[in-house]
Amino acid sequence: MSDNTPEFTDKSVDELVDIARGCRREIVKMVKRANAGHPGGSLSVIDLIVGLYGRTLRVSPTEPKHPGRDRLILSKGHASPAMYAALHAFGFLDETDLHSYRMFNGICQGHVDSKWTPGVDFSGGSLGMGLSFGLGVAISGRLTGRDHHSWVILGDGECQEGEIWEAAMAASHHRLENVTVIVDVNGIQNDDFVDQQMVMGDLSAKWAAFGWKVRDINGHDMTEIAEAIEWSKTTVGPCVILARTTKGKGVSFMENNPSFHGKAPDDEEFKLAMEELA
Amino acid sequence: MTGAASRDGYGAALLDLAGDDRIVVLEADLGKSTKSCLFRAEHPQRAFSMGIAEQNMMLVAAGLASTGMIPFASTFAIFTERGFEQVRNGIARPGLVAHICGSHGGIHTGTDGSSAQSIEDLAIYRTLPNMTVMHPCDASSTRALTKALVNHGSASYTRTVRNKTRKIYTDEEAAKLKIGEFSVLTEGSDVAILACGVMVQEALDAAETLAGEGVHATVVDVHTLKPFDHDEMKRISESCGAVVTAEDHSIIGGLGGAVAESLTAHHPVPLERVGVKDTYGMSGQPAELMEHYGLTANDIVDAAKTAIRRRNV
Repeated sequence: MSDNTPEFTDKSVDELVDIARGCRREIVKMVKRANAGHPGGSLSVIDLIVGLYGRTLRVSPTEPKHPGRDRLILSKGHASPAMYAALHAFGFLDETDLHSYRMFNGICQGHVDSKWTPGVDFSGGSLGMGLSFGLGVAISGRLTGRDHHSWVILGDGECQEGEIWEAAMAASHHRLENVTVIVDVNGIQNDDFVDQQMVMGDLSAKWAAFGWKVRDINGHDMTEIAEAIEWSKTTVGPCVILARTTKGKGVSFMENNPSFHGKAPDDEEFKLAMEELA
Repeated sequence: MTGAASRDGYGAALLDLAGDDRIVVLEADLGKSTKSCLFRAEHPQRAFSMGIAEQNMMLVAAGLASTGMIPFASTFAIFTERGFEQVRNGIARPGLVAHICGSHGGIHTGTDGSSAQSIEDLAIYRTLPNMTVMHPCDASSTRALTKALVNHGSASYTRTVRNKTRKIYTDEEAAKLKIGEFSVLTEGSDVAILACGVMVQEALDAAETLAGEGVHATVVDVHTLKPFDHDEMKRISESCGAVVTAEDHSIIGGLGGAVAESLTAHHPVPLERVGVKDTYGMSGQPAELMEHYGLTANDIVDAAKTAIRRRNV
Protein backbone atom coordinates (compact mmCIF):
# COMPACT_ATOMS: atom_id res chain seq x y z
CA MET A 1 0.00 0.00 0.00
CA SER A 2 1.52 3.30 -1.04
CA ASP A 3 1.51 6.21 1.39
CA ASN A 4 0.21 8.76 -1.06
CA THR A 5 -3.48 9.19 -1.62
CA PRO A 6 -4.36 8.13 -5.17
CA GLU A 7 -4.65 10.89 -7.75
CA PHE A 8 -7.86 11.43 -9.66
CA THR A 9 -8.23 10.76 -13.36
CA ASP A 10 -8.68 14.17 -14.95
CA LYS A 11 -10.94 13.77 -17.97
CA SER A 12 -12.31 16.46 -20.27
CA VAL A 13 -16.04 17.01 -20.52
CA ASP A 14 -16.04 15.53 -24.02
CA GLU A 15 -14.24 12.42 -22.82
CA LEU A 16 -16.73 12.04 -19.97
CA VAL A 17 -19.67 12.30 -22.34
CA ASP A 18 -18.15 9.50 -24.45
CA ILE A 19 -17.49 7.34 -21.40
CA ALA A 20 -21.05 7.81 -20.15
CA ARG A 21 -22.45 6.78 -23.53
CA GLY A 22 -20.41 3.57 -23.40
CA CYS A 23 -21.57 2.94 -19.85
CA ARG A 24 -25.21 3.30 -20.92
CA ARG A 25 -24.71 0.49 -23.43
CA GLU A 26 -23.14 -1.72 -20.76
CA ILE A 27 -25.99 -0.96 -18.34
CA VAL A 28 -28.64 -2.11 -20.80
CA LYS A 29 -26.57 -5.17 -21.75
CA MET A 30 -26.12 -6.18 -18.11
CA VAL A 31 -29.82 -5.94 -17.38
CA LYS A 32 -30.66 -7.79 -20.59
CA ARG A 33 -28.22 -10.64 -19.84
CA ALA A 34 -29.56 -10.99 -16.30
CA ASN A 35 -33.14 -10.52 -17.50
CA ALA A 36 -33.58 -8.48 -14.33
CA GLY A 37 -32.31 -5.35 -12.64
CA HIS A 38 -32.90 -1.62 -12.56
CA PRO A 39 -32.17 0.09 -15.88
CA GLY A 40 -34.16 3.31 -15.33
CA GLY A 41 -32.33 4.55 -12.25
CA SER A 42 -28.98 3.38 -13.61
CA LEU A 43 -29.44 5.42 -16.78
CA SER A 44 -30.52 8.48 -14.78
CA VAL A 45 -27.49 8.37 -12.44
CA ILE A 46 -24.70 7.33 -14.80
CA ASP A 47 -23.61 10.81 -15.86
CA LEU A 48 -23.19 11.75 -12.19
CA ILE A 49 -21.11 8.66 -11.42
CA VAL A 50 -18.90 9.11 -14.48
CA GLY A 51 -18.48 12.78 -13.59
CA LEU A 52 -17.26 11.86 -10.12
CA TYR A 53 -14.76 9.27 -11.35
CA GLY A 54 -13.49 11.55 -14.09
CA ARG A 55 -13.28 14.81 -12.19
CA THR A 56 -12.63 14.26 -8.51
CA LEU A 57 -12.49 10.76 -7.01
CA ARG A 58 -9.01 9.94 -5.74
CA VAL A 59 -9.18 6.18 -6.17
CA SER A 60 -6.94 3.60 -7.74
CA PRO A 61 -7.80 0.27 -9.39
CA THR A 62 -4.48 -1.10 -8.18
CA GLU A 63 -5.19 -0.11 -4.57
CA PRO A 64 -8.98 -0.19 -4.25
CA LYS A 65 -8.78 -0.31 -0.44
CA HIS A 66 -6.28 2.52 0.01
CA PRO A 67 -7.14 4.13 3.37
CA GLY A 68 -6.79 7.63 1.97
CA ARG A 69 -9.14 7.08 -0.97
CA ASP A 70 -12.28 9.07 -1.56
CA ARG A 71 -15.49 7.07 -1.20
CA LEU A 72 -18.31 6.90 -3.69
CA ILE A 73 -21.26 5.63 -1.70
CA LEU A 74 -24.10 4.58 -3.97
CA SER A 75 -26.89 4.62 -1.44
CA LYS A 76 -29.44 3.84 -4.15
CA GLY A 77 -27.66 0.52 -4.46
CA HIS A 78 -30.08 -0.93 -6.98
CA ALA A 79 -28.44 1.31 -9.61
CA SER A 80 -25.55 -1.14 -9.43
CA PRO A 81 -25.27 -1.56 -13.23
CA ALA A 82 -24.25 2.10 -13.42
CA MET A 83 -21.58 1.58 -10.76
CA TYR A 84 -20.26 -1.58 -12.43
CA ALA A 85 -20.16 0.07 -15.85
CA ALA A 86 -18.19 3.00 -14.42
CA LEU A 87 -15.85 0.69 -12.49
CA HIS A 88 -15.20 -1.07 -15.79
CA ALA A 89 -14.60 2.22 -17.62
CA PHE A 90 -12.11 3.34 -14.96
CA GLY A 91 -10.17 0.09 -14.75
CA PHE A 92 -11.54 -1.64 -11.64
CA LEU A 93 -13.47 -4.37 -13.44
CA ASP A 94 -12.91 -6.39 -16.62
CA GLU A 95 -15.56 -6.67 -19.28
CA THR A 96 -16.07 -10.30 -18.29
CA ASP A 97 -16.83 -9.20 -14.73
CA LEU A 98 -19.84 -7.31 -16.05
CA HIS A 99 -21.22 -10.65 -17.28
CA SER A 100 -21.47 -11.80 -13.66
CA TYR A 101 -24.13 -9.20 -12.82
CA ARG A 102 -26.88 -10.99 -10.85
CA MET A 103 -25.37 -14.38 -11.79
CA PHE A 104 -24.74 -17.16 -9.28
CA ASN A 105 -21.64 -16.38 -7.22
CA GLY A 106 -20.86 -13.41 -9.46
CA ILE A 107 -18.71 -10.53 -8.23
CA CYS A 108 -21.27 -8.05 -9.55
CA GLN A 109 -24.08 -8.70 -7.10
CA GLY A 110 -27.65 -7.53 -7.69
CA HIS A 111 -27.10 -4.55 -5.42
CA VAL A 112 -23.69 -2.94 -4.81
CA ASP A 113 -21.79 -4.94 -2.22
CA SER A 114 -18.43 -4.08 -0.68
CA LYS A 115 -17.68 -7.71 0.10
CA TRP A 116 -17.87 -8.75 -3.54
CA THR A 117 -16.70 -5.98 -5.83
CA PRO A 118 -13.36 -4.14 -5.87
CA GLY A 119 -13.97 -0.40 -5.81
CA VAL A 120 -17.33 -0.67 -4.04
CA ASP A 121 -17.09 0.87 -0.57
CA PHE A 122 -20.65 0.48 0.64
CA SER A 123 -23.12 -2.39 0.62
CA GLY A 124 -26.45 -1.01 -0.51
CA GLY A 125 -29.77 -2.51 -1.40
CA SER A 126 -31.69 -1.20 1.58
CA LEU A 127 -32.50 2.44 0.97
CA GLY A 128 -31.72 5.27 3.36
CA MET A 129 -28.41 4.07 4.80
CA GLY A 130 -25.67 5.51 2.60
CA LEU A 131 -25.52 9.04 3.94
CA SER A 132 -25.13 7.78 7.51
CA PHE A 133 -22.32 5.50 6.36
CA GLY A 134 -20.69 8.44 4.62
CA LEU A 135 -20.82 10.44 7.85
CA GLY A 136 -19.03 7.62 9.68
CA VAL A 137 -16.26 7.73 7.07
CA ALA A 138 -16.17 11.52 7.33
CA ILE A 139 -15.89 11.46 11.13
CA SER A 140 -13.04 9.00 10.79
CA GLY A 141 -11.30 11.40 8.41
CA ARG A 142 -11.62 14.19 10.95
CA LEU A 143 -10.18 12.02 13.75
CA THR A 144 -7.32 10.51 11.75
CA GLY A 145 -6.39 13.59 9.74
CA ARG A 146 -6.92 11.78 6.42
CA ASP A 147 -8.48 14.16 3.91
CA HIS A 148 -10.66 11.66 2.05
CA HIS A 149 -14.09 12.84 0.91
CA SER A 150 -17.41 10.95 1.03
CA TRP A 151 -19.54 11.38 -2.09
CA VAL A 152 -22.99 9.98 -1.38
CA ILE A 153 -25.54 9.42 -4.15
CA LEU A 154 -29.18 9.25 -3.10
CA GLY A 155 -32.41 8.82 -5.04
CA ASP A 156 -35.25 11.30 -4.69
CA GLY A 157 -37.67 8.52 -3.72
CA GLU A 158 -35.03 7.37 -1.25
CA CYS A 159 -35.36 10.72 0.52
CA GLN A 160 -38.66 9.39 1.89
CA GLU A 161 -36.60 7.30 4.32
CA GLY A 162 -36.42 8.95 7.73
CA GLU A 163 -32.80 7.95 8.22
CA ILE A 164 -31.78 10.34 5.42
CA TRP A 165 -33.01 13.26 7.51
CA GLU A 166 -31.49 11.89 10.70
CA ALA A 167 -28.19 11.88 8.84
CA ALA A 168 -28.79 15.30 7.28
CA MET A 169 -29.23 16.72 10.78
CA ALA A 170 -26.13 14.99 12.09
CA ALA A 171 -23.87 16.16 9.25
CA SER A 172 -24.93 19.71 9.85
CA HIS A 173 -24.67 19.46 13.65
CA HIS A 174 -21.14 18.07 13.48
CA ARG A 175 -20.16 20.51 10.69
CA LEU A 176 -18.86 17.74 8.46
CA GLU A 177 -17.21 19.39 5.47
CA ASN A 178 -15.80 16.23 3.94
CA VAL A 179 -19.10 14.83 2.72
CA THR A 180 -21.17 15.79 -0.32
CA VAL A 181 -24.57 14.46 -1.30
CA ILE A 182 -25.81 14.19 -4.87
CA VAL A 183 -29.52 13.44 -5.23
CA ASP A 184 -30.53 11.79 -8.48
CA VAL A 185 -33.89 13.53 -8.84
CA ASN A 186 -35.46 11.41 -11.56
CA GLY A 187 -39.03 11.72 -10.29
CA ILE A 188 -39.87 8.01 -10.38
CA GLN A 189 -39.69 5.29 -7.74
CA ASN A 190 -40.53 1.59 -7.74
CA ASP A 191 -44.31 1.68 -8.02
CA ASP A 192 -44.94 4.98 -9.77
CA PHE A 193 -44.00 8.65 -10.08
CA VAL A 194 -42.62 10.08 -6.84
CA ASP A 195 -45.42 12.64 -6.71
CA GLN A 196 -47.98 9.82 -6.73
CA GLN A 197 -46.24 7.84 -3.98
CA MET A 198 -45.21 10.60 -1.61
CA VAL A 199 -44.96 14.25 -2.54
CA MET A 200 -41.46 15.42 -1.64
CA GLY A 201 -42.28 19.12 -1.94
CA ASP A 202 -39.40 21.54 -2.24
CA LEU A 203 -36.34 19.32 -1.86
CA SER A 204 -34.05 22.32 -2.09
CA ALA A 205 -35.80 24.06 0.81
CA LYS A 206 -35.83 20.83 2.83
CA TRP A 207 -32.06 20.34 2.56
CA ALA A 208 -31.43 24.03 3.20
CA ALA A 209 -33.59 23.86 6.31
CA PHE A 210 -31.37 21.04 7.57
CA GLY A 211 -28.33 23.29 7.24
CA TRP A 212 -27.01 22.21 3.85
CA LYS A 213 -25.75 24.36 0.96
CA VAL A 214 -27.83 23.46 -2.08
CA ARG A 215 -27.15 23.63 -5.80
CA ASP A 216 -29.62 22.64 -8.50
CA ILE A 217 -28.24 21.29 -11.77
CA ASN A 218 -29.17 19.41 -14.91
CA GLY A 219 -27.87 15.97 -14.01
CA HIS A 220 -27.18 15.03 -17.62
CA ASP A 221 -25.09 18.08 -18.52
CA MET A 222 -21.48 17.08 -17.93
CA THR A 223 -20.31 20.69 -17.79
CA GLU A 224 -22.83 21.49 -15.07
CA ILE A 225 -21.88 18.30 -13.21
CA ALA A 226 -18.20 19.21 -13.31
CA GLU A 227 -18.92 22.74 -12.14
CA ALA A 228 -21.13 21.52 -9.29
CA ILE A 229 -18.41 19.15 -8.10
CA GLU A 230 -15.97 22.07 -8.02
CA TRP A 231 -18.56 24.23 -6.25
CA SER A 232 -19.04 21.65 -3.51
CA LYS A 233 -15.29 21.31 -2.98
CA THR A 234 -14.81 25.04 -2.56
CA THR A 235 -17.93 25.76 -0.49
CA VAL A 236 -18.18 25.52 3.28
CA GLY A 237 -20.58 22.61 3.56
CA PRO A 238 -22.06 20.19 3.93
CA CYS A 239 -23.17 20.53 0.32
CA VAL A 240 -25.93 18.82 -1.62
CA ILE A 241 -26.26 18.80 -5.38
CA LEU A 242 -29.82 18.25 -6.59
CA ALA A 243 -29.31 16.71 -10.00
CA ARG A 244 -32.46 16.92 -12.10
CA THR A 245 -32.43 13.83 -14.27
CA THR A 246 -34.62 11.73 -16.51
CA LYS A 247 -35.28 8.16 -15.51
CA GLY A 248 -34.13 5.84 -18.29
CA LYS A 249 -32.15 8.68 -19.98
CA GLY A 250 -30.84 7.76 -23.42
CA VAL A 251 -33.31 5.01 -24.29
CA SER A 252 -36.48 6.55 -25.70
CA PHE A 253 -39.02 4.01 -24.48
CA MET A 254 -37.48 3.87 -21.00
CA GLU A 255 -37.35 7.63 -20.51
CA ASN A 256 -39.70 8.84 -17.81
CA ASN A 257 -41.39 5.44 -17.84
CA PRO A 258 -42.06 3.97 -14.38
CA SER A 259 -42.30 0.43 -15.76
CA PHE A 260 -38.55 0.44 -16.48
CA HIS A 261 -37.59 1.12 -12.86
CA GLY A 262 -36.97 -2.56 -12.36
CA LYS A 263 -37.54 -4.45 -15.61
CA ALA A 264 -35.33 -5.81 -18.38
CA PRO A 265 -36.06 -5.00 -22.04
CA ASP A 266 -37.34 -7.77 -24.32
CA ASP A 267 -35.40 -8.69 -27.47
CA GLU A 268 -37.00 -6.05 -29.69
CA GLU A 269 -36.60 -3.38 -27.06
CA PHE A 270 -32.98 -4.35 -26.49
CA LYS A 271 -32.21 -4.05 -30.20
CA LEU A 272 -33.79 -0.61 -30.32
CA ALA A 273 -31.92 0.49 -27.20
CA MET A 274 -28.59 -0.55 -28.67
CA GLU A 275 -29.35 1.38 -31.85
CA GLU A 276 -30.22 4.48 -29.88
CA LEU A 277 -27.07 4.21 -27.76
CA ALA A 278 -24.74 3.49 -30.69
CA MET B 1 -16.91 -2.82 41.92
CA THR B 2 -19.37 -3.89 44.60
CA GLY B 3 -23.06 -3.34 44.17
CA ALA B 4 -22.73 -1.90 40.71
CA ALA B 5 -24.88 -2.37 37.63
CA SER B 6 -23.50 -4.05 34.52
CA ARG B 7 -23.90 -0.75 32.66
CA ASP B 8 -21.30 0.70 35.05
CA GLY B 9 -18.92 -1.98 33.84
CA TYR B 10 -19.54 -0.92 30.25
CA GLY B 11 -18.76 2.70 31.07
CA ALA B 12 -15.61 1.71 32.93
CA ALA B 13 -14.45 -0.45 30.01
CA LEU B 14 -14.80 2.43 27.54
CA LEU B 15 -12.53 4.48 29.77
CA ASP B 16 -10.08 1.59 30.07
CA LEU B 17 -9.94 1.41 26.28
CA ALA B 18 -9.66 5.14 25.68
CA GLY B 19 -5.89 5.05 25.15
CA ASP B 20 -6.56 3.38 21.80
CA ASP B 21 -7.17 6.19 19.29
CA ARG B 22 -9.40 3.95 17.20
CA ILE B 23 -12.11 3.90 19.87
CA VAL B 24 -15.07 6.16 19.02
CA VAL B 25 -18.21 6.44 21.13
CA LEU B 26 -21.62 7.14 19.60
CA GLU B 27 -24.60 8.17 21.70
CA ALA B 28 -28.32 8.64 21.06
CA ASP B 29 -29.23 10.96 23.93
CA LEU B 30 -28.89 8.24 26.56
CA GLY B 31 -25.22 8.49 27.40
CA LYS B 32 -26.01 9.17 31.06
CA SER B 33 -28.02 5.95 31.13
CA THR B 34 -25.71 3.66 29.18
CA LYS B 35 -22.69 5.14 31.00
CA SER B 36 -20.89 6.11 27.82
CA CYS B 37 -21.03 9.59 29.43
CA LEU B 38 -17.91 8.60 31.38
CA PHE B 39 -15.97 8.39 28.11
CA ARG B 40 -17.52 11.59 26.80
CA ALA B 41 -16.42 13.51 29.89
CA GLU B 42 -12.78 12.50 29.40
CA HIS B 43 -12.59 12.30 25.61
CA PRO B 44 -15.22 14.62 24.10
CA GLN B 45 -13.41 14.77 20.76
CA ARG B 46 -14.04 11.05 20.24
CA ALA B 47 -17.64 10.99 21.54
CA PHE B 48 -20.37 11.93 19.07
CA SER B 49 -23.99 12.69 19.83
CA MET B 50 -26.23 11.32 17.12
CA GLY B 51 -29.36 12.73 18.74
CA ILE B 52 -32.45 10.61 19.17
CA ALA B 53 -31.82 8.88 15.85
CA GLU B 54 -30.77 5.26 16.26
CA GLN B 55 -30.93 4.21 12.62
CA ASN B 56 -28.41 6.86 11.63
CA MET B 57 -26.21 5.93 14.59
CA MET B 58 -25.92 2.32 13.42
CA LEU B 59 -24.73 3.27 9.94
CA VAL B 60 -22.37 5.96 11.24
CA ALA B 61 -20.84 3.13 13.28
CA ALA B 62 -20.62 1.06 10.11
CA GLY B 63 -18.88 3.85 8.22
CA LEU B 64 -16.38 4.34 11.04
CA ALA B 65 -15.71 0.61 11.19
CA SER B 66 -15.10 0.51 7.43
CA THR B 67 -12.10 2.80 7.95
CA GLY B 68 -10.58 0.73 10.75
CA MET B 69 -11.97 2.71 13.68
CA ILE B 70 -13.58 0.78 16.56
CA PRO B 71 -17.00 2.29 17.22
CA PHE B 72 -19.07 1.61 20.34
CA ALA B 73 -22.67 2.70 19.83
CA SER B 74 -25.04 2.53 22.74
CA THR B 75 -28.59 3.30 23.75
CA PHE B 76 -31.36 1.41 25.55
CA ALA B 77 -31.61 -2.22 24.42
CA ILE B 78 -35.12 -1.59 23.19
CA PHE B 79 -34.06 1.37 21.04
CA THR B 80 -31.21 -0.49 19.37
CA GLU B 81 -34.03 -2.59 17.97
CA ARG B 82 -35.34 0.41 16.00
CA GLY B 83 -32.13 0.12 14.02
CA PHE B 84 -32.25 -3.65 13.71
CA GLU B 85 -32.40 -3.70 9.93
CA GLN B 86 -29.55 -1.19 9.88
CA VAL B 87 -27.52 -3.54 12.06
CA ARG B 88 -28.44 -6.45 9.82
CA ASN B 89 -27.83 -4.86 6.42
CA GLY B 90 -25.38 -2.12 7.34
CA ILE B 91 -23.09 -3.73 9.93
CA ALA B 92 -23.35 -7.52 10.15
CA ARG B 93 -23.94 -8.34 6.48
CA PRO B 94 -20.85 -6.51 5.17
CA GLY B 95 -18.84 -7.95 8.07
CA LEU B 96 -17.99 -4.61 9.68
CA VAL B 97 -16.69 -4.72 13.24
CA ALA B 98 -18.91 -2.28 15.13
CA HIS B 99 -19.98 -2.81 18.72
CA ILE B 100 -23.47 -2.10 20.00
CA CYS B 101 -24.47 -1.95 23.64
CA GLY B 102 -28.09 -2.04 24.72
CA SER B 103 -28.59 -1.01 28.33
CA HIS B 104 -31.73 -1.39 30.42
CA GLY B 105 -32.39 -4.90 29.18
CA GLY B 106 -35.21 -6.95 30.67
CA ILE B 107 -38.15 -6.64 33.04
CA HIS B 108 -35.66 -5.81 35.82
CA THR B 109 -35.48 -2.31 34.31
CA GLY B 110 -38.46 -1.56 36.54
CA THR B 111 -40.73 1.44 36.85
CA ASP B 112 -40.32 2.77 33.28
CA GLY B 113 -42.66 -0.04 32.30
CA SER B 114 -43.05 -2.27 29.28
CA SER B 115 -41.92 0.20 26.58
CA ALA B 116 -38.42 0.31 28.07
CA GLN B 117 -38.11 -3.37 28.98
CA SER B 118 -36.58 -5.21 26.04
CA ILE B 119 -37.35 -8.90 26.31
CA GLU B 120 -36.47 -9.86 22.73
CA ASP B 121 -33.10 -8.23 21.99
CA LEU B 122 -30.98 -11.32 22.60
CA ALA B 123 -33.25 -13.38 20.36
CA ILE B 124 -33.18 -11.05 17.38
CA TYR B 125 -29.45 -10.29 17.40
CA ARG B 126 -28.66 -13.98 17.80
CA THR B 127 -30.17 -14.63 14.37
CA LEU B 128 -27.59 -12.50 12.54
CA PRO B 129 -24.50 -14.07 10.96
CA ASN B 130 -21.28 -12.26 11.98
CA MET B 131 -22.77 -11.08 15.30
CA THR B 132 -21.47 -11.91 18.75
CA VAL B 133 -24.15 -11.60 21.44
CA MET B 134 -23.29 -11.13 25.12
CA HIS B 135 -25.21 -10.54 28.32
CA PRO B 136 -22.78 -10.46 31.25
CA CYS B 137 -24.07 -10.76 34.81
CA ASP B 138 -22.20 -8.09 36.74
CA ALA B 139 -20.10 -4.98 36.35
CA SER B 140 -16.72 -6.70 36.55
CA SER B 141 -17.50 -9.25 33.86
CA THR B 142 -19.11 -6.62 31.65
CA ARG B 143 -15.99 -4.52 31.98
CA ALA B 144 -13.67 -7.39 31.14
CA LEU B 145 -15.72 -8.75 28.23
CA THR B 146 -16.28 -5.30 26.71
CA LYS B 147 -12.53 -4.72 26.78
CA ALA B 148 -12.00 -8.08 25.10
CA LEU B 149 -14.16 -6.95 22.16
CA VAL B 150 -11.32 -4.80 20.86
CA ASN B 151 -9.42 -7.93 19.84
CA HIS B 152 -12.55 -9.75 18.71
CA GLY B 153 -13.05 -9.96 14.98
CA SER B 154 -16.78 -9.53 14.62
CA ALA B 155 -19.57 -7.10 15.29
CA SER B 156 -21.23 -7.48 18.66
CA TYR B 157 -24.33 -6.75 20.67
CA THR B 158 -23.94 -6.57 24.45
CA ARG B 159 -26.92 -6.24 26.76
CA THR B 160 -26.42 -4.52 30.10
CA VAL B 161 -28.93 -3.80 32.85
CA ARG B 162 -30.03 -0.67 34.63
CA ASN B 163 -30.02 -1.77 38.27
CA LYS B 164 -27.35 -2.88 40.68
CA THR B 165 -26.85 -6.60 41.04
CA ARG B 166 -24.73 -8.83 43.21
CA LYS B 167 -21.03 -9.00 42.44
CA ILE B 168 -20.32 -12.43 40.97
CA TYR B 169 -16.68 -12.03 39.91
CA THR B 170 -13.63 -10.34 41.30
CA ASP B 171 -11.78 -8.30 38.68
CA GLU B 172 -9.11 -11.02 38.57
CA GLU B 173 -11.70 -13.73 37.93
CA ALA B 174 -13.46 -11.59 35.34
CA ALA B 175 -10.22 -11.05 33.46
CA LYS B 176 -10.05 -14.79 32.79
CA LEU B 177 -13.46 -14.93 31.08
CA LYS B 178 -13.38 -15.60 27.37
CA ILE B 179 -15.95 -14.49 24.81
CA GLY B 180 -17.81 -17.59 23.64
CA GLU B 181 -16.90 -19.86 26.56
CA PHE B 182 -19.24 -20.89 29.37
CA SER B 183 -18.24 -19.80 32.85
CA VAL B 184 -19.04 -22.68 35.21
CA LEU B 185 -19.66 -21.24 38.69
CA THR B 186 -20.54 -24.44 40.56
CA GLU B 187 -20.36 -28.10 39.57
CA GLY B 188 -23.01 -30.65 40.50
CA SER B 189 -24.30 -33.76 38.77
CA ASP B 190 -28.06 -33.64 39.41
CA VAL B 191 -29.17 -30.70 37.29
CA ALA B 192 -27.59 -27.89 35.27
CA ILE B 193 -28.80 -24.30 35.58
CA LEU B 194 -27.72 -22.05 32.74
CA ALA B 195 -28.33 -18.37 33.39
CA CYS B 196 -27.43 -14.97 32.04
CA GLY B 197 -27.56 -11.40 33.31
CA VAL B 198 -29.49 -10.72 36.51
CA MET B 199 -30.63 -14.34 36.67
CA VAL B 200 -27.13 -15.59 37.47
CA GLN B 201 -27.49 -14.43 41.08
CA GLU B 202 -30.91 -16.11 41.22
CA ALA B 203 -29.40 -19.32 39.84
CA LEU B 204 -26.72 -19.33 42.52
CA ASP B 205 -29.37 -18.85 45.23
CA ALA B 206 -31.45 -21.62 43.70
CA ALA B 207 -28.46 -23.95 43.71
CA GLU B 208 -27.94 -23.24 47.40
CA THR B 209 -31.57 -24.06 48.20
CA LEU B 210 -31.36 -27.24 46.13
CA ALA B 211 -28.14 -28.27 47.89
CA GLY B 212 -29.99 -28.02 51.20
CA GLU B 213 -32.35 -30.64 49.82
CA GLY B 214 -29.53 -32.87 48.63
CA VAL B 215 -29.75 -31.84 44.98
CA HIS B 216 -26.44 -30.72 43.51
CA ALA B 217 -26.55 -28.29 40.62
CA THR B 218 -24.07 -27.09 38.06
CA VAL B 219 -24.51 -23.34 37.58
CA VAL B 220 -23.24 -21.73 34.40
CA ASP B 221 -22.99 -18.04 33.60
CA VAL B 222 -23.70 -17.93 29.87
CA HIS B 223 -22.28 -14.46 29.32
CA THR B 224 -21.98 -15.16 25.59
CA LEU B 225 -25.08 -16.43 23.84
CA LYS B 226 -23.38 -16.37 20.46
CA PRO B 227 -21.05 -17.96 19.54
CA PHE B 228 -22.61 -20.63 21.74
CA ASP B 229 -20.36 -23.04 23.65
CA HIS B 230 -21.79 -26.26 22.23
CA ASP B 231 -18.91 -28.43 23.50
CA GLU B 232 -19.39 -27.40 27.09
CA MET B 233 -23.17 -27.65 26.74
CA LYS B 234 -22.83 -31.26 25.59
CA ARG B 235 -20.49 -32.14 28.44
CA ILE B 236 -22.78 -30.61 31.04
CA SER B 237 -25.98 -32.12 29.67
CA GLU B 238 -24.33 -35.54 29.62
CA SER B 239 -23.19 -35.24 33.22
CA CYS B 240 -26.42 -33.72 34.61
CA GLY B 241 -29.15 -35.14 32.39
CA ALA B 242 -31.56 -32.28 33.18
CA VAL B 243 -31.25 -28.60 32.29
CA VAL B 244 -32.87 -25.32 33.37
CA THR B 245 -32.35 -21.98 31.66
CA ALA B 246 -32.93 -18.69 33.46
CA GLU B 247 -33.08 -15.32 31.74
CA ASP B 248 -34.78 -11.95 32.13
CA HIS B 249 -35.89 -12.23 28.51
CA SER B 250 -38.58 -13.99 26.55
CA ILE B 251 -38.36 -17.77 26.79
CA ILE B 252 -38.58 -17.65 22.99
CA GLY B 253 -35.32 -17.30 21.11
CA GLY B 254 -32.92 -16.13 23.80
CA LEU B 255 -30.88 -18.28 26.17
CA GLY B 256 -33.68 -20.87 26.39
CA GLY B 257 -33.83 -20.99 22.63
CA ALA B 258 -30.06 -21.28 22.24
CA VAL B 259 -29.87 -24.11 24.78
CA ALA B 260 -32.84 -25.91 23.21
CA GLU B 261 -31.17 -25.74 19.80
CA SER B 262 -27.90 -27.07 21.17
CA LEU B 263 -29.46 -29.88 23.22
CA THR B 264 -31.61 -31.00 20.30
CA ALA B 265 -28.59 -31.25 18.05
CA HIS B 266 -26.09 -32.79 20.47
CA HIS B 267 -27.61 -34.44 23.54
CA PRO B 268 -31.35 -34.14 24.13
CA VAL B 269 -32.33 -34.06 27.82
CA PRO B 270 -35.33 -32.51 29.62
CA LEU B 271 -35.17 -28.69 29.53
CA GLU B 272 -37.20 -26.22 31.61
CA ARG B 273 -37.07 -22.54 30.63
CA VAL B 274 -37.42 -19.83 33.27
CA GLY B 275 -38.04 -16.47 31.64
CA VAL B 276 -40.71 -14.09 30.44
CA LYS B 277 -43.53 -16.24 29.12
CA ASP B 278 -44.48 -14.59 25.84
CA THR B 279 -45.90 -11.48 27.44
CA TYR B 280 -44.92 -7.84 28.07
CA GLY B 281 -43.83 -6.27 31.32
CA MET B 282 -45.28 -3.37 33.29
CA SER B 283 -44.25 -0.78 35.85
CA GLY B 284 -43.12 -1.79 39.31
CA GLN B 285 -40.04 -2.27 41.45
CA PRO B 286 -37.65 -4.86 40.03
CA ALA B 287 -38.24 -7.29 42.90
CA GLU B 288 -42.02 -7.05 42.51
CA LEU B 289 -41.76 -7.62 38.79
CA MET B 290 -39.36 -10.56 39.06
CA GLU B 291 -41.77 -12.20 41.49
CA HIS B 292 -44.77 -11.53 39.27
CA TYR B 293 -43.17 -12.82 36.07
CA GLY B 294 -41.67 -15.93 37.67
CA LEU B 295 -38.03 -14.81 37.55
CA THR B 296 -36.83 -15.71 41.06
CA ALA B 297 -34.59 -18.30 42.66
CA ASN B 298 -37.71 -20.14 43.80
CA ASP B 299 -38.95 -20.37 40.23
CA ILE B 300 -35.60 -21.86 39.24
CA VAL B 301 -35.79 -24.38 42.11
CA ASP B 302 -39.23 -25.48 40.94
CA ALA B 303 -38.05 -25.73 37.35
CA ALA B 304 -35.04 -27.80 38.41
CA LYS B 305 -37.26 -30.27 40.26
CA THR B 306 -39.54 -30.54 37.23
CA ALA B 307 -36.60 -31.19 34.92
CA ILE B 308 -35.22 -33.85 37.24
CA ARG B 309 -38.66 -35.50 37.50
CA ARG B 310 -38.97 -35.57 33.72
CA ARG B 311 -35.52 -37.14 33.42
CA ASN B 312 -36.40 -39.84 35.94
CA VAL B 313 -39.69 -40.83 34.28
